[in-house]
Amino acid sequence: MTGMVDRADRFSGATVPLWKNRTARALFYQAVVLGLLVLLTAFFVHNTGVNLAKRGIASGFGFLNGVAGFDISFKLVSYSLTSSYGRALLIGLLNTLLVAAVGVVLATVLGFVVGVARLSSNWIIAKLAAVYVDVIRNIPLLAQLIFWYFGVLSTLPGVRQSIDLLGLFFLNQRGLYAPVPELQPGFGIMPVALLVGALGAVLVSAWARRRQMMTGQPFHSFWVGLGLIVGVPMIVGLIFGFRMTWSFPELAGFNFKGGFQIAPEFIALLVGLSIHTSAFIAEIVRSGVQAVSHGQTEAGLALGLKRGIVTRKIVLPQALRVIVPPLTSQYLNLTKNSSLAVFIGFPEVVAVFAGTTLNQTGQAVECIAITMAIYLVISLLISLFMNWYNRHIALVER
Amino acid sequence: MNKIAMIAAAAVAVVFATGSAKASTLDDVKGRGQVTCGVNGPSGLAGFGAPDDKGNWTGLDVDICRAVAAAVFGDATKVKYVPLGSKERFTALQSGEIDLLARNSTWTLSRDTDLGLDFVAVNYYDGQGFMVRKELGVNSAKELSGATVCVQTGTTTEKNLGDYFRANNLELKSVVFETSDQARQAYDEGRCDAYTTDASGLAAERTQLKNPADNIILPEIISKEPLGPAVRHGDNQWGDIVRWSFFAMIIGEEFGITQANVDQVKSSSDNPEVRRLLGVEDEMGKMLGLDNAWAYNILKQVGNYGESFERNVGLKTPLGLARGLNELWSKGGLQYAPPAR
Repeated sequence: MTGMVDRADRFSGATVPLWKNRTARALFYQAVVLGLLVLLTAFFVHNTGVNLAKRGIASGFGFLNGVAGFDISFKLVSYSLTSSYGRALLIGLLNTLLVAAVGVVLATVLGFVVGVARLSSNWIIAKLAAVYVDVIRNIPLLAQLIFWYFGVLSTLPGVRQSIDLLGLFFLNQRGLYAPVPELQPGFGIMPVALLVGALGAVLVSAWARRRQMMTGQPFHSFWVGLGLIVGVPMIVGLIFGFRMTWSFPELAGFNFKGGFQIAPEFIALLVGLSIHTSAFIAEIVRSGVQAVSHGQTEAGLALGLKRGIVTRKIVLPQALRVIVPPLTSQYLNLTKNSSLAVFIGFPEVVAVFAGTTLNQTGQAVECIAITMAIYLVISLLISLFMNWYNRHIALVER
Repeated sequence: MNKIAMIAAAAVAVVFATGSAKASTLDDVKGRGQVTCGVNGPSGLAGFGAPDDKGNWTGLDVDICRAVAAAVFGDATKVKYVPLGSKERFTALQSGEIDLLARNSTWTLSRDTDLGLDFVAVNYYDGQGFMVRKELGVNSAKELSGATVCVQTGTTTEKNLGDYFRANNLELKSVVFETSDQARQAYDEGRCDAYTTDASGLAAERTQLKNPADNIILPEIISKEPLGPAVRHGDNQWGDIVRWSFFAMIIGEEFGITQANVDQVKSSSDNPEVRRLLGVEDEMGKMLGLDNAWAYNILKQVGNYGESFERNVGLKTPLGLARGLNELWSKGGLQYAPPAR
């Protein structure tokens, strides 16, 4: 339609009034809508400001420097009762990132296993996977989190009746206690050794790929690489000494002291999120694999390749093109769902910042704005990375 | 094009619709026909504000809501109860969702200034305490170094806990939950060594434990927690109404006016202050912008402070709280109302 009008304009040669020009009209309406949108936003911002001022509610971000004064049980970097609200925000943010990162990895591994199991030719395995997916997908996440926390982990024995594994690991209601290495001076050589091992593994795999391209000879680069990554630090350690001592958990006073404690809130949240998301990922994987024509498998088998190789090198790479876009949504969901942690006492960003900090300072608008901005940025970053990865694995026509 | 025009019209309507003049809270309440009152939610706090098995809200805090309704409408049932969590309570008041917050909230300097609220009275003088299991063998809060403490988020409790442990050089591990139900459950299951909240709250929560008798409340009270109703800052008339509705209950107790004898007192008392309070003399009600029978209605329908206390949290209730600091000033307590004259 537009084309015809334009052509008519050109033929007539006369100047058409602006309001009869389709493009001009479209631009005009869009400008009006945009203008109204800006006006509306400005009105909301202004209205909030005026109302806050009228009610005598302090605003601004100065409160971030104030002393928080409350305790946070689970922290990756140092935090004390005298730290600032800004520091508390950082603790919450890191906790969210940790749970999201570990959760994404666990959910992906579990999801792929269950998804492939659903397609198994073994009737029992396939049906078990189907039941897993249907049960997990249809129970609300919050109910699952509360189940894992109050239903499963709370039923573990108390501190004094801990389940003792070899005298090294202790499992009780307060979590899992494990020995942890304490680094001594001179330990610096170990990370260097690890780096050397990793570099070696990368080189070996590059060499193996080139050799396979040239000669067609495959090479077990995975096992050699693993050997290098583990072996080099071991050998260096044996020669120069490991330069670390172990801290063992011991019962002292109310709780275990020493060692490393994994809080039950963290375990419950991680297990709940991973299992919940894995059921969705399993379905995505199943549909992705089924989207690859069966002829591809048959062709691979006809070439004499083993079934595992066919799945790994022919079917999965093609399936990934279908899998990755919806997988991104699941990663985003997992990250955002971690905010439910407040119900089981895990201090992530919503609990610490949009909860405790908001209430201690009363800065509702600022706290919620910061929290929303944090989720927005995390989500956009995940989405950006997954889109990059999607382009990377997209089918390249040669 | 039609769609765009509609959106534009809607946007313009939104922008101009908000210019109307702001009425006073009393006018709003009268126009609505009921007082919206923020109370302890979602499941309530026994004795202070909780729905009974028939869904009627009862409690010491709830009686404030009822008193205000009795003063404004002459009918204590004209209240809409809005159950609020500790996190959203102040926002609900600031934004005008409720007219009055009666939800065991602690009066503090920062809340009085930064939050745009006015606390008008103290209906319960409280302090934060600790509950532990007897088997732990702990007799004092000072022995709690290294202990794990369960606490509910969004309260003054969380910060008091930090302050107390810091001041006494104790090592603190806290586990923070969204609601008091979850915090109490985690304590009950053994996740924590101690549970902390206001002493009155501890008494209420203890009744909900699996074996209440296996738990003791430690003697230390680590903070002052004057709990009371709050209104929005800036509407002094409404603040006066809520404040004096509560004071009427205190004065009622002082002069021995009860639900049972209020009619008789009204007709026979010679005491000028009683006569003024009950609307026989002068026009106290008019000064507040209310009916002259405002205080009579409160005492007739809700009762005096002592009656409310004994009915909701007193020794004969499951909470079993003694009057303590909440005894009248004339009997050694802190409850004191300025004279009605």
